[in-house]
Amino acid sequence: MPLLSAIVFTPLLGALVLLFVAREQTQALRRAALVFSLVPFAFSLWLVAEFDGVHGGLQWVERAAWIPRFGIHYMLGVDGISLFLVLLTTFLMPIVCVQAWDVHHRLKEYLVLLLVMESAMLGALVATDLFLFYVFWELMLIPMYFLIGIWGGERRIYAAIKLVLYTMAGSLLMLVAIIYLALAHHQQVGQYSFAWEHLLQLHLSLDVQRLLFAAFALAFAIKVPMFPLHTWLPDAHTEAPTGGSVILAAILLKMGTYGFLRFAIPLFPQAAVEAMPVIAALAVIGIIYGALVCMVQPDLKRLVAYSSVSHLGFVMLGMAALTLQGVQGSLMQMLNHGLSTGGLFLAVGAIYERRHTRLIAEFGGLWARLPVFGALFLVVMLSSVGLPGLNGFVGEFLILLGAFGRYPLGAILGTTGVILGAVYLLWMFQRVMFGPLTHPENAALRDLSAREVAMFVPLIALFFLLGLYPKPVLQRMEPAVRVTLDRLEPYLERAGLPRSDQALHVAGGGSAE
Amino acid sequence: MTSLAFPDVSWIPLLPLLVVTGTAVLVLIADLFSEGPDYDALGWIGLIGLVLAVGIAVPLWNQSGTTMAGVLALDRYGLFFTVLFCLGSGLTLLLSMNYLETTDIRCGDYYTLILFSTVGMILMAMSVDLIVIFLGLEVMSIAAYALAGIWRTQVRSNEAALKYFVLGAFASGFLLLGIALLFGASGETLLPRIAESAAPGSADQRMLLVAGAALLLVGFGFKVAAAPFHSWAPDVYEGAPTAVTAFMAAGIKAAAFAAFVRIFVDTLSPLAADWRDALWVLAVLTMSVGNFSALVQRNIKRLLAYSSIAHAGYLLVGMVAGGEGGGAAVLFYLAVYTLMTVGAFAVVIALGRRGQPNEDLDDWAGVGLRNPFLGFAMTVFMLSLAGVPPLAGFMGKFYLFSAALDAGYVWLTVIAVLNSLVSVYYYVGVLVKMYMTEGGAEVEAPMARPYLFAALLATVAGTIVVGLFPTPWFELARRSMESLV
Repeated sequence: MPLLSAIVFTPLLGALVLLFVAREQTQALRRAALVFSLVPFAFSLWLVAEFDGVHGGLQWVERAAWIPRFGIHYMLGVDGISLFLVLLTTFLMPIVCVQAWDVHHRLKEYLVLLLVMESAMLGALVATDLFLFYVFWELMLIPMYFLIGIWGGERRIYAAIKLVLYTMAGSLLMLVAIIYLALAHHQQVGQYSFAWEHLLQLHLSLDVQRLLFAAFALAFAIKVPMFPLHTWLPDAHTEAPTGGSVILAAILLKMGTYGFLRFAIPLFPQAAVEAMPVIAALAVIGIIYGALVCMVQPDLKRLVAYSSVSHLGFVMLGMAALTLQGVQGSLMQMLNHGLSTGGLFLAVGAIYERRHTRLIAEFGGLWARLPVFGALFLVVMLSSVGLPGLNGFVGEFLILLGAFGRYPLGAILGTTGVILGAVYLLWMFQRVMFGPLTHPENAALRDLSAREVAMFVPLIALFFLLGLYPKPVLQRMEPAVRVTLDRLEPYLERAGLPRSDQALHVAGGGSAE
Repeated sequence: MTSLAFPDVSWIPLLPLLVVTGTAVLVLIADLFSEGPDYDALGWIGLIGLVLAVGIAVPLWNQSGTTMAGVLALDRYGLFFTVLFCLGSGLTLLLSMNYLETTDIRCGDYYTLILFSTVGMILMAMSVDLIVIFLGLEVMSIAAYALAGIWRTQVRSNEAALKYFVLGAFASGFLLLGIALLFGASGETLLPRIAESAAPGSADQRMLLVAGAALLLVGFGFKVAAAPFHSWAPDVYEGAPTAVTAFMAAGIKAAAFAAFVRIFVDTLSPLAADWRDALWVLAVLTMSVGNFSALVQRNIKRLLAYSSIAHAGYLLVGMVAGGEGGGAAVLFYLAVYTLMTVGAFAVVIALGRRGQPNEDLDDWAGVGLRNPFLGFAMTVFMLSLAGVPPLAGFMGKFYLFSAALDAGYVWLTVIAVLNSLVSVYYYVGVLVKMYMTEGGAEVEAPMARPYLFAALLATVAGTIVVGLFPTPWFELARRSMESLV
């Protein structure tokens, strides 16, 4: 069975089905969207169960000619790097669909766009033909543009256009680089190919690698978003509707980091090794800068948005270390950030739904009124802080461990980011939830409904699961990460850097498992 | 005194051309007997004729040859364009039937002129002789001048016709002078012979040839609205009746490119070293002027006019790339562009009502929400024009840019790509208006105008299908180009 195609296209099918449901039938629309987002989740659970965690190569490969003249194929596959991101996406989308109960304005279009969005994201994660990847990559942008532009806040149009222009700016140059690769393949092998596995075999001079890496890296760095290309993110996040924010933070940003690991680094290993110190430096700046901005944010949603800049800095730092632990931690942290920040946005969304404001100063003492919400929010917040025992800790720990061997200073500075993170999140939580009830209008707020609790429960279950027992995840990731790092060995060696597994010993840590 | 010898004529290659000509004459005659105000029957005759012409052209695909003393060629290249022009004109006719009613143009000559203009286009694409190309160009253009001014009660339509005519005549002058110089250099007007005398080693009249090529470049630059010869386009596009604008943006531009590519990419390719740099500059200028000027437009027709200039720039990128790859990419793009741009103008028409054209962008506020089908259609066209996958426009750009990269024009490609980015801003701006603001014009349901609706359905479907499955269409374009080189 073409399992990956089924995962990718079920949501799209759902979107088509929804088009034929009358817009007045809100219940039917909601249920249909939920069902069509649960099916791919079920499929991807099956995918994880059947996944061969021993080998690093692509699995469940599908292949069909698409534009044969240029060697473009419809080609899907999954490995340890993409596996859990697929699962993350399919896991979060039903939650987003449930959250959409709160959307009353043009619900049908909203749900249709959500489902199209899901297909595009899943497609980008499993596409192993660069042309196909690019198609999905660009396609992601359109539904998000509408989600922000139609359902967003005050400055939604500005934010939507900014998002489109920023992302397009990067990805169009990536398209040129992709075409260049296919042409290089034609020169070296005699036929065009856009297949990831074929392009990995190319011999590219360092100068060419530098340019192409720059083009890819720019596209991905904007998406991540890395400092100083992050400015679109607070706007997009702040203006997006809750569901849009969750998708944006939890999944879309991961497309950037995923892109680095899947394409930019393995395709141009030499240039990547060369560029990594710069990326690490930017990542550290992002960690600290993002955290500092969070300190002074009066707006809850903006705070969470800037916290993404900081947290994604960790992801990039771990990746830039190019050690087994660093990269694994980075992958792990992608999942963690997706879950934690998704949760944070849901929580902020729940408050906003009740008060129609997101200013921290408007709250205070909410715990007394909303104990259920308070408890759930607390766990979500702590997971984002990286409390040991919860998911965030595992990733941050591995990243810092992995980074230490390579960039001791970066790791030390990064650690201050962890502390800052704890400070601004705890402080935010304190101002919102504890203390006396300063605003009388908050007294009448009702606590979470069963439906809202149902959105948080699966998230929180995963926080604990990943925090206490990450082994099954790390284990399945490892072979693919090793394959990626093996490609870099010769260049790391040439650059006088310790081999990645030696770096582990330098860091003084054993294996994470 | 020599007697004038009538050349050998093989009629088969001429059939599509003759069918369209016959249809035009038939419509002209039928017009005498129809008493308005409803001229839909004329449109139908025209449509049937065009479909018939396509039906005849398709089986000729595997044949080749020349006729009329070698000045007209039956090759896939000509057939490709014949079918493309019939498509563009057919769509225009569909648009027009409802449009003439709402604008009170109600004039049977309109259909005749469209068809005669199409005859000129086909002549241009089939011809391998400079004089006949020129003839075709004039047949096409003169009908188009009249069409631009056919909305007699509108001042801006009159103005458009005048501007178009004066500048068009200018362009014709340049072309003619260029032809004269080429003739002076080679003693021939037949393209294959000119190619021989342009071949390296045999070019003792090289300077003349290059000068002739330069003048042709200017002439064609005018016709395809390439910067800096583009300044007529926005005014004419805005002033002409919208259905005519669609016709001009798609058909007339494609026809000009048909001759342009045949002469430059094929015939004068030995001189490529001399004209390529000029074309490079022209391409960059055209893309940039078109895109940056479009950014500030408030009138949708002017916006599309500048966008059309920008697209001429992308097409020039394909011509700079040259060869079979570049040529095929240009052909493919022209076909795709016909779908997108006719579709976009169809939406503009759908938005207009009697006495109320609704061409200001502010009139578009909220249209996407009030009228989902029109909104969806325009979204598809705008995104496709912007080059967002997986729509046809993206595939078109992909082929163009690949060809340019393949030919080693990395920087030209990067400039083109950055230009696409600029274009995203104004195309998306239309979507912003349609979906994210409120308070625009009220719009009739598109189903109320069946012909228009059919044209919209066809172009939307085409834009999506060609985008998802570009291979067969690109193969057609490639094999058409192959029949030349």
